[in-house]
Amino acid sequence: MAGKTLYDKIWESHQVRRNDDGTALLYIDRHLVHEVTSPQAFEGLEIAQRPLWRKRSILAVPDHNVPTTALEQGITDPVARLQVDTLDQNCDKYGLTEFKRGDKRQGIVHVIGPEQGATLPGMTVVCGDSHTSTHGAFAALAFGIGTSEVEHVMATQCLIQKKSKNMRVTVDGAVGEGITAKDIVLHIIGVIGTAGGTGCTIEFAGEAITNLSMEGRMTVCNMTIEAGARAGLIACDQTTLDYVKGRPFAPAGETWDQAVACWNELHSDADAVFDKEVSIDAGEIRPQVTWGTSPEMVCSVTDTIPDPANEPDSIKAGGMQTALDYMGLRANTPFNQVLLDKIFIGSCTNSRIEDLRAAAEVIKGRKVATSVKQALVVPGSGLIKQQAEDEGLDRIFVEAGFEWREPGCSMCLAMNADRLEPGERCASTSNRNFEGRQGQGGRTHLVSPAMAAAAAIKGHFVDVREL
Amino acid sequence: MEKFEKFTGIVAAIDRPNIDTDAIIPKQYLKSIKRSGFGVNLFDDWRYLDPGEPGQSNTERRLNPEFVLNKEPYKHAQILLARENFACGSSREHAVWALMDFGIKVVIAPSFADIFYNNSFKNGLLPIALGDDLVDQLFAEMESAQDYLLSIDLEQQVVTTAEGVEMTFEVDDFRRSCLLQGLDDIGLTMQYAAEIKAFEQRYYEAMPWLK
Ligand code: SF4
Repeated sequence: MAGKTLYDKIWESHQVRRNDDGTALLYIDRHLVHEVTSPQAFEGLEIAQRPLWRKRSILAVPDHNVPTTALEQGITDPVARLQVDTLDQNCDKYGLTEFKRGDKRQGIVHVIGPEQGATLPGMTVVCGDSHTSTHGAFAALAFGIGTSEVEHVMATQCLIQKKSKNMRVTVDGAVGEGITAKDIVLHIIGVIGTAGGTGCTIEFAGEAITNLSMEGRMTVCNMTIEAGARAGLIACDQTTLDYVKGRPFAPAGETWDQAVACWNELHSDADAVFDKEVSIDAGEIRPQVTWGTSPEMVCSVTDTIPDPANEPDSIKAGGMQTALDYMGLRANTPFNQVLLDKIFIGSCTNSRIEDLRAAAEVIKGRKVATSVKQALVVPGSGLIKQQAEDEGLDRIFVEAGFEWREPGCSMCLAMNADRLEPGERCASTSNRNFEGRQGQGGRTHLVSPAMAAAAAIKGHFVDVREL
Repeated sequence: MEKFEKFTGIVAAIDRPNIDTDAIIPKQYLKSIKRSGFGVNLFDDWRYLDPGEPGQSNTERRLNPEFVLNKEPYKHAQILLARENFACGSSREHAVWALMDFGIKVVIAPSFADIFYNNSFKNGLLPIALGDDLVDQLFAEMESAQDYLLSIDLEQQVVTTAEGVEMTFEVDDFRRSCLLQGLDDIGLTMQYAAEIKAFEQRYYEAMPWLK
């Protein structure tokens, strides 16, 4: 019999029962909750008069709607305030752990889970948010769910799930100088497409992946959903253990050793068979920039904007032209002629300390180009903000002309005041370049933090390696 | 949840791949703490010529006359036809709520994003994945027809065109029976409460650090 994949192992250890139709009842260890997808779930429980099954599995935080301007100003948008207040009330009522606005630990849900050690290897982690895939970096089976499922987990601690296929993406060899986790994952999406992982759980493997820090691994797993897969996984190794050790929710003492013994099994067996395998040569990866309205519309900064005329498939060519029109771009333009209005460094993809350090390193001693209307840095959590300030990164940003903000999702999805105006072009470290994602009519180019920083200084895209 | 009954309905087509959940229901409407009322903002950016905000009356906004759901008879569409990777993007169940609130009961596409696919069944919306060639055929037939209708029979798992051509589709048994009977998932799982408890006991004994 063939060995097991990491996904098989986690799945099996959480299977409460198997139903005749091939679905299973899967036990959920950690349930992360935020203000946007939970109110209707709490309401549903109340209507059905169902209690919460395991309150301590829940960690709640407001992030999507919170303003990133000074705390004292409160939330001025009444609709957003109602949503955040509703979360606070629900958490108070049921006695759930919540990091409220103003708490140093508040931040983007996918940043604070790992930061607190609330995400542990081997766990099943769910959240009413598609970027829950982030937590797969810890060899945890983590995926986004809808509000009905949020309610289902609250009431039963389980989900009815069908097992997905096993897919492995191996990034062989080491990446070149200046290439980051963001470039790796954008490149992968460019190769396999936004539906490349549909129906699969993707395990990322290979030297370029294991070389990454936990922050980098989270960036890669974060965007798994952009490749169509609900969950991404990376095997547990010393890097994982070093990161987890000593965090507030992590085990300590004797149970730590016991946990580690178990976590050391969290990798695919050497003879495991995957339904789908893709391998990628790390040496070929250049700094990536998206040019269209889907993350798969991506190329190297050294390329020019693609030309639909070169696309043999007419439906695809049409899609490319629609995207170029929306983006206000002409085919064959070099990236250094693409001028930017705004810069956004933040989001659950790239708002961790390592991301801020990488951006600050590029920015140090330089100034944001005068043609750039606004450049924002939004740390992923209050603790990251504090750490960055302790390291003096905030001063580097502010002196260069960036705004240094409070933590939250911010311009990643523009539910608060941080957004693009119609036609504005943004270099963004977030994960989605859909039409209107950062504000109606806004044009988003996804890049790494270092590339966003370099673009801020030049006012247009530039290969960060040549700066 | 309402039972899913056999019906014949008007089809509206949006000929685009990768229609994402931001397009289906833009984020500003996610601030609601309710499940209902999203239908008027379905495909908001495409449907209206001016930007919208939650709480605003949509009757005063300018409709985009070119957008299919603003035209007769598609205003009354119950079936939506689209291209691959439909509803990719976020996990927002609001996308399903918006489609259903508008009156859509079935979406036909070559493929769907996983989370949306799941969410649909929890609310009584039926996503039907048909092969590329069949979807092509439906798009082609729609172009030449006025009031294009399709009949949907979930029990038999078949889509029937006005000409009587039958196209069968796959759906797993569990989901099918839940939809047909209008069953609530949570209630079903609660039947296994004792099994869940027994699992927990074994589980936390083996992994005490999770307790
Ligand atoms: S930062 Fe963006 S992608 Fe991440 S949870 Fe917030 S809105 Fe979603």
